[in-house]
Amino acid sequence: MSKQINVALIGNPNTGKTSIFNALTGLNQRVGNYPGITVEKKEGLCKLSRGIKAHIIDLPGTYSLNATSLDENIVIELLLNKNDKNYPDVAVVISDVENLKRNLLLFTQIKDLKIPAILVINMADRMKRKGISLDIEHLEKELHTKIAVISTRKNTGIDELKELITNYRELPTEQCIDISTIDPEYFGGLQNAFPNQNLYKLWLVITQDVNFVNLDRKLVDDTSAFSTKSESELKKMQHQETVKRYQFINKVLQGGYIIDATSAKGLRASFDRILTHKVWGYVVFFLIMLLIFQAIYEWSSYPMDYIDSLFASFSEWASNTLPPGTLTDLIAEGIIPGLGGIVIFIPQIAFLFLFIAILEESGYMSRVVFLMDKIMRKFGLSGKSVIPLISGTACAIPAVMATRNIDNWKERLITILVTPFVTCAARLPVYLIIIALVIPDEEFLGMNLQGLTLMAMYVLGFLTAVFSAWALNKVLRVKSRSFFVVEMPNYKVPLLKNVVITVVEKTKSFVFGAGKIILAISIILWFLATNGPRDTFHNAESIVNAQPESQTLTEDELATNINSYKLRNSYIGIAGHAIEPVITPLGYDWKIGIALISSFAAREVFVGTLATIYSVGSEEEDTIKNRMAQEINPETGQPVFNLATGISLLLFYAFAMQCMSTIAIVKRETNGWKWPIYQLVFMTGFAYITALIAYQLLK
Amino acid sequence: MKLTIAHLKKGQSAVIKGFSTDVIPIKLLELGCLPGNQVELLQIAPFKDPLYLNINGSFLTIRRATALEIEIDMIKENDSL
Repeated sequence: MSKQINVALIGNPNTGKTSIFNALTGLNQRVGNYPGITVEKKEGLCKLSRGIKAHIIDLPGTYSLNATSLDENIVIELLLNKNDKNYPDVAVVISDVENLKRNLLLFTQIKDLKIPAILVINMADRMKRKGISLDIEHLEKELHTKIAVISTRKNTGIDELKELITNYRELPTEQCIDISTIDPEYFGGLQNAFPNQNLYKLWLVITQDVNFVNLDRKLVDDTSAFSTKSESELKKMQHQETVKRYQFINKVLQGGYIIDATSAKGLRASFDRILTHKVWGYVVFFLIMLLIFQAIYEWSSYPMDYIDSLFASFSEWASNTLPPGTLTDLIAEGIIPGLGGIVIFIPQIAFLFLFIAILEESGYMSRVVFLMDKIMRKFGLSGKSVIPLISGTACAIPAVMATRNIDNWKERLITILVTPFVTCAARLPVYLIIIALVIPDEEFLGMNLQGLTLMAMYVLGFLTAVFSAWALNKVLRVKSRSFFVVEMPNYKVPLLKNVVITVVEKTKSFVFGAGKIILAISIILWFLATNGPRDTFHNAESIVNAQPESQTLTEDELATNINSYKLRNSYIGIAGHAIEPVITPLGYDWKIGIALISSFAAREVFVGTLATIYSVGSEEEDTIKNRMAQEINPETGQPVFNLATGISLLLFYAFAMQCMSTIAIVKRETNGWKWPIYQLVFMTGFAYITALIAYQLLK
Repeated sequence: MKLTIAHLKKGQSAVIKGFSTDVIPIKLLELGCLPGNQVELLQIAPFKDPLYLNINGSFLTIRRATALEIEIDMIKENDSL
């Protein structure tokens, strides 16, 4: 049989679902988006015995089928829609051995939908330390299922799970709870109206506010005849349902799950005592942040220097080896320097993703939420805003999506609006190169001054985010009711495999995503820089030669003069000069102006753009950094990248909204153009004013 | 005065009695915050909010405003706990 088995991985957050997914699929996985929305969709293939393949889909973590967020809606929409091509043949419900009771709630709901379900009891390696013992046979019988006991850390149980998936047809499909006992009259009427439908499914259709476009429309319309219950009555019934499920679970566990409380004292308490302490908690948080930024700056400088010189020699090699002509020029002067401008930042970006992955995997992030909630609320944010704000240091796009956990709309909206101020990975290239040019490489209080400046830029971004939140909180009139429930997961040593996969996947998509834009922009820029509309461009050589001062120059100097004259009269030169009046007060020349404009596609294009412009303007192949350092302002005779211009540029990049993808995601998450346009105008205007003030004070 | 989770001191335990409002989020119930279950206050965040609880083996954080809606019965002082 060639048909694949559709497997859905379902489970509460923090149960190690991703580890199981990685163990089943390895690197044979794909991350995409659900159509129309931006919830991450992870799929992968897994080879089972006898040549059977399983198509595995990793659903977003959810505590139950009563959805409270977009991510959770995905789970319900899939499980209720038999026509979906991903509708699971079998559901694998992941639970954590320490939180089995709570994790089983979701399991009983899935069983009640009559979807064949396998129960995975994960993190079995912790059983001994926690004094837990299981009677698997008893549990399998009471829960009408098959159980796989797995430890991804010790790599046990995965083969058993694969075997269970292969034989999914043998799974029993008895339900756990008879939902009709909550209100026999109401459910009896419902069942009579739809004799062929699963009662629990009907109940979910009635109570869940999800998108049922794919479902049988008639079903939903007809059930409106049964909405005889008020909303608060329905809520009460949901409460009763939850109580009923817990009664069932307690009864099941009584005979099969024993926990010896005396050995259950874990590391949690001792770690929490320090990490959530009212003084030490903040000290540790600050030290971790400091370590991250020092590490990003110090450790990655070696591979970066290497990549920089590699691309310079690659470019030289290309122009010397390939047959001379336009195509070679394009490759050597346009594409290679442009790509070099992004590849060089892979080490830093990988380090950043590495640290974020470790913070999330270890369970530390929730402690930060706990520590920061009250403080953040003073600014109109929530403790949960800390996660978007920290992951915003990688990229604003996933950060804006991460705000979905914030239940209060006003807090969420403010978080979305201020997150783009946080220093994202795309700003890093710009900061690094400018800091390297204008900040001396000296020690200060035992720390590298350049590293400290970088840290200061991050602090600046964060503070700006927080204070604009405070201002927005005063201004915005949005009514919303909120509740705040955060699980505090166990501390875990991050699993190497998970961290590596996250870092590789994220870095790859960052580099390829940016790489495409940069390649396109490099080609366009190169074309615009090597062509011009008027005679002044085409006859550059004879015009420069005819100038009286040219007679005294050496051949090299003459060639440089011709090149820069050409560049000035190319399309790009003309465009750059046109915007010069606007940017001169900020201390920028027209070349920086072009880089600024192309940065509106994505900030990281800045370095590549300058690399392309400079390399068209000179004969020598050199590293990006050296080129920028050598750039001289013809009027003053001083380097273009001096302290005043450097600081002005840093501030402009810190504050301006220069990312089309972020604008697009904010539009999607706020359902309209209103908020992203406010963001664009306000942030960029603010950036212009601060850069202006800084330059005028420092010059 | 009704006793609620917000009245617990750090390290104290109690049994959940019920809710003084209808709008207790279902998510809280699903995480194990049900009448009859034991709750222990593990830690209070700086500035007295939010509260870090162990409810029936689930570790979670809620805000003081929510904690004020969850009524409790104190457990008699027990030195062995």
